[in-house]
Amino acid sequence: MPEPQLRKRVIIVEEIFHEGGPAAAAPLKRAAALAVIHNPFAGKYVLEIAGFMEDLTPLGLEMAKALVAALGGDPKAIEGYGKGAIVGQAGELEHGALWHVPGGYAMREILGNAKAIVASTKKVGGPGTRLDVPITHINASYVRSHFDAMEVGIADAPKADEILLALVMTTGPRVHARVGGLKASEIKGQDGLR
Amino acid sequence: MKSKIRKIVTFVEETRTEMGKPVNPPTRRAAAAAVIENPFAGRYVEDLAELMEIGEELGALLAERAVAALGIPGPSAESYGKAAAVGENGELEHAAAILHPKLGTPVRKALGKGAALIPSSKKRGGPGVALDIPLGHKDAAFVRSHFDGMEIRVNDAPRANEILVAVAVTDSGRPLPRVGGLTKDQIKGEDGLR
Repeated sequence: MPEPQLRKRVIIVEEIFHEGGPAAAAPLKRAAALAVIHNPFAGKYVLEIAGFMEDLTPLGLEMAKALVAALGGDPKAIEGYGKGAIVGQAGELEHGALWHVPGGYAMREILGNAKAIVASTKKVGGPGTRLDVPITHINASYVRSHFDAMEVGIADAPKADEILLALVMTTGPRVHARVGGLKASEIKGQDGLR
Repeated sequence: MKSKIRKIVTFVEETRTEMGKPVNPPTRRAAAAAVIENPFAGRYVEDLAELMEIGEELGALLAERAVAALGIPGPSAESYGKAAAVGENGELEHAAAILHPKLGTPVRKALGKGAALIPSSKKRGGPGVALDIPLGHKDAAFVRSHFDGMEIRVNDAPRANEILVAVAVTDSGRPLPRVGGLTKDQIKGEDGLR
């Protein structure tokens, strides 16, 4: 399997002070790392694709590290995460699924073995397609204050024979979270759910 | 601060290859955008001085953020641009008041120089509207390799009573420039044009 061919990288950082309510003591930050790579399976049906997951592992780790750096450098400050992929039109949705393992485990590793499953989404689309990447708490999926999402996209990607890969991290709950449910302070941290 | 900022978003794009050809060194662009309250939303106000002062504040803040996102000293920046999107309860003239009278001076200060006009665009639109920020060389507007543009958007801005204000800075021109014209090594840098 070939090493992923990278055309472009994008880092987006949002710093949210308020959303009409009282300003947060520390602003919520969300960041996305995007990578546009060539899809080695574009334009044809290839049965055996799973080997490409291993090829994507170094890129996943690099993106996860870049995200922590973009959010201030301290992995302990990261509370939420998510991932996603947009497959160019000459590819299959299944090619986007190749990102689950390398993208997810990269973030869990960099964050000190975070316990929760990494929320994800994927689609096939053209250049400029937007993706709402879902976000949940890194150690307990049911923490309601951390259910969130970040919209990402790149004007000129993905081209037909490309895949846009996305990782997202956040530093806290929604800025005015107040709909109850499991709190981050109540996490038991055994099963990744509660 | 005069500006009431709800959110700041930064974007960094790095292009590694174009049509399969390596871009060496990679071209990089950054944009910093602030979502602010429009103090004149929903009514006609003759004197726009307050927005001009907001523009001055945002020029310093956003240029500093964009340069920091590139991780370069200000004087190493090569091209720049600015743009604003006014929410539906504001006027195009509000964008003009922010962008044109006072925003440029602090941007140039952050970049060390900047003899050329800062190219700009403006529009009125709803949340998620795309802003195409024009880019031109900061010391000589005629440098053809640096005529460019950067698309940004913030999915939840501008709300009706907000303005999205952006400054873009690069450390390079287009990825593989080859349409001739004035090159950056030919800049005289006296009149801002050549």
